[in-house]
Amino acid sequence: MSNLQVSVYRYNPETDSAPYMQEFQIDTQGRDLMVLNILTMIKDQDSSLAFRRSCREGVCGSDGMNMNGTNGLACITPLSDVVKDNKLVLRPLPGLPVMRDLVVDMGLFYKQYERMQPYLQNDTAAPAIERLQSPEERDKLDGLYECILCACCSTSCPSFWWNPDKFVGPAGLLQAYRFLADSRDNATQARLAELEDPFSLFRCRGIMNCVAVCPKGLNPTRAIGKIREMLLSNAT
Amino acid sequence: MSTMRNLTFDAIIIGGGGSGLRAALELAKSGKKTAVLSKVFPTRSHTVSAQGGITCAIASADPNDDWRWHMYDTVKGGDYIADQDAAEYLCSEGPKAVFELEHMGLPFSRFDNGRIYQRPFGGQSKDFGKGGQAARTCAAADRTGHALLHTLYQNNLKNNTVFLDEWYAIDLVKNANGDVVGCIALCIETGEIVHVKSKATVLATGGAGRIYASTTNALINTGDGIGMALRAGFPMQDMEMWQFHPTGIYGAGTLVTEGCRGEGGYLINKDGERFMERYAPNAKDLAGRDVVARSMVMEVLEGRGCGENGDHVMLKLDHLGEEVLMKRLPGIVELSKTFAHVDPVKEPIPVTPTCHYMMGGIPTNVHGQAITQDGDGNDQIVNGLFACGEAACVSVHGANRLGGNSLLDLVVFGRAAGIYIDKALSEGIEYLDASASDIERATSRLARWNESSGGESVPELKAELQNTMQNAFGVFRQEDNMQEGVKKLAELRERIGQAHLGDKSDVFNTARVEALELDNLLEVAEATAIAALDRKESRGAHSRYDYPDRDDVNWLKHSLFHPGDKTVTKRDVNFTPKTVDTFEPKVRTY
Amino acid sequence: MVTNITNLGRSGLSDWLIQRVSAVVLALYALFVVAYLLFHPNLDYVTWSGLFSQTWMRIFSLLAFISMAAHAWVGLWTVSTDYLKHTGVRFAFQAVVILAIFVFLVWGVQVLWGA
Repeated sequence: MSNLQVSVYRYNPETDSAPYMQEFQIDTQGRDLMVLNILTMIKDQDSSLAFRRSCREGVCGSDGMNMNGTNGLACITPLSDVVKDNKLVLRPLPGLPVMRDLVVDMGLFYKQYERMQPYLQNDTAAPAIERLQSPEERDKLDGLYECILCACCSTSCPSFWWNPDKFVGPAGLLQAYRFLADSRDNATQARLAELEDPFSLFRCRGIMNCVAVCPKGLNPTRAIGKIREMLLSNAT
Repeated sequence: MSTMRNLTFDAIIIGGGGSGLRAALELAKSGKKTAVLSKVFPTRSHTVSAQGGITCAIASADPNDDWRWHMYDTVKGGDYIADQDAAEYLCSEGPKAVFELEHMGLPFSRFDNGRIYQRPFGGQSKDFGKGGQAARTCAAADRTGHALLHTLYQNNLKNNTVFLDEWYAIDLVKNANGDVVGCIALCIETGEIVHVKSKATVLATGGAGRIYASTTNALINTGDGIGMALRAGFPMQDMEMWQFHPTGIYGAGTLVTEGCRGEGGYLINKDGERFMERYAPNAKDLAGRDVVARSMVMEVLEGRGCGENGDHVMLKLDHLGEEVLMKRLPGIVELSKTFAHVDPVKEPIPVTPTCHYMMGGIPTNVHGQAITQDGDGNDQIVNGLFACGEAACVSVHGANRLGGNSLLDLVVFGRAAGIYIDKALSEGIEYLDASASDIERATSRLARWNESSGGESVPELKAELQNTMQNAFGVFRQEDNMQEGVKKLAELRERIGQAHLGDKSDVFNTARVEALELDNLLEVAEATAIAALDRKESRGAHSRYDYPDRDDVNWLKHSLFHPGDKTVTKRDVNFTPKTVDTFEPKVRTY
Repeated sequence: MVTNITNLGRSGLSDWLIQRVSAVVLALYALFVVAYLLFHPNLDYVTWSGLFSQTWMRIFSLLAFISMAAHAWVGLWTVSTDYLKHTGVRFAFQAVVILAIFVFLVWGVQVLWGA
């Protein structure tokens, strides 16, 4: 049982006319390795396999991919969490263009993030020390600022699949709320105005795939609900 | 090479981590045409993994705190080979840099009065070591690096910095006068090779922990900037000084923050004894990292290690209670469950000293200007070349860095380099253009790999290099082992020069990047090995069985490794801060 | 800002609100009709048309029809912008839907007040 059957999505635009799945047999020696370890073992055999990785501890967000049908980070996903019947199928994050193998073009994802103006805006003069913030006010940022931009959520969201150019997606909306919720930010009205149209925020249909896959345990659906409440109380 | 595309910027910053982004922000804000070139999307840089915090005397936990106390701790922690003018700059400018981060939006944790939360870290004292433990590390829970890196990236977006994401710098381009006038870079997505021209080239490429088999560092920490500078013929300072962090998770190598001990956690041996009480009666578990790491190895060597093989110790946190752990150290709880299969709320975490930080690097002044030496050993500025962050050796960390000082180093010296370059650019800089042969020199190693048709594979050679460094240049070192290590590295240099790149495709070829990284790992490893062999004393992180004592008569000096003839010379340490009295070397106890 | 000129409320917020309010109206109307049917097991034409000859029932029904029209338009507009990527096809679909809704609405008014 220690020989794991791994099936990997392969596509090199220079040589392949279409993507295909390549099979590998990996001897895990019975260890419960992380999926990233498996990828490294495959790359030692076949150096042409392309995937992103950096911190290997789940904080940099490089190695988001689809493992046996579920999005997650390869570096913190143990085989015991995903492998069924000794089989592991690895595909790139769905919904974004594939550059090569498991590497997707994250351009649209980042563009939606940038559209949210993800930086503190405060036009009052800064004090000589830090701006004060009570622990209660700061607590409101918990569950928001920890996002690592791995795109597991947005690429598991059907609304984002259909309208990645118009629907901000769960990751971007989580960031939007991170700044709306910050007692130090005073661009609330402009931020809300950016989200009022039928697509940017309202294309969320509460499917909650984002919540199910987030490797950091964050809840974008809840943040989206909070923004909707803010829009509503603003307008009525 | 005549078809190579040129990109021209006022300043090119190689590396998108904390120091690179801080330098870029300074330049972008003043409207200079600035680009950050990073081999990963900037928020994937290793700064993101920093946990515990950023140490700085902002006088929040203690309203009477003083940056001079912080400076004293830093100089003492560095075992007196930190440059005191640089440490003075770091600690006195620090509060400004930290408040700026807060104004940019960094979500620091807070005290009840609304000020930034500060926790105790190792090596911190009040009143120049006489007032007991200080709490000086500003924290955003245990995700300070993540919060800091994202904040800096976000503010660069706000200021329209140009990003060359997933581009890899191959080598520096020097003109006929020896000035650095840009670099050759590879666009990973397309495989295109581009000549990036710039009046200021900033190496903010971070550390190189991947020269060791066991490290807390990200897989991308391959010392690319160090390798480039060495190949360009520039010297490296204090490369023998590598910090082993006491608490890497046993087996996995992932970091567990010193903040755990700052919040009240402590280390125990197999008898459950809090052994640091014996090695550092006052600071106990919050002694300098070098001291704690050595004590842990001593416990293991004397048969008091934990586990089947008795080769590690345990970090006990459960007595802090679930509430404190979930509030102050939520990321640690998560990491321990994932990588040690242990819930720190209930059980101790198995830990072992793990390669963590490179105190050495490219010698610079406080403005980030790279320094080389002439034939007579006089310092000379390298025109056009700057360094900041872990890649630089200013030197503020000396022979051992204090916890939380790394993030401060990034923002203070990233900012300082930005300010200096901005001013220099405004005053006007003109360098001679690089000639075709200058450019060809900078592309030669890429050409070597591209033309390789056989030879050993990159992963095997890398593993051999890492094991060599692990075995001969770890926490404790000795002459014969190191001699052998140096010999082995020389042999590896031959073999890596003949190694094979199997995949020659253009689009997102990570095998090519890993091959180019291997060249850099080798350069860093060799500089480390030769410098370590040369320093015949024990100081800070450099501990030798055969020279167990500090030798201030002969070695109160920086080491300087010269790549041309692979020799090591000594460089004076600065003992003349501008506004405080010199901290004279004393016996270092905690 | 994404521009939208064919959606109902010109804003995602008003569309969202219309969708929710109309859903409440439709739920109430459906509950009422089901309850009415349950309480009149031997319902005949006279009783049924008697119900609809009362003004309050006609207003309630009209409210339900309008809610249905609005609900359908918001919902189908969303479906069309999700799945129909070709502008011509999407426009044609939207035209057919809006025509159908208009016809059913006018017809409904005629049924309610015509007889």
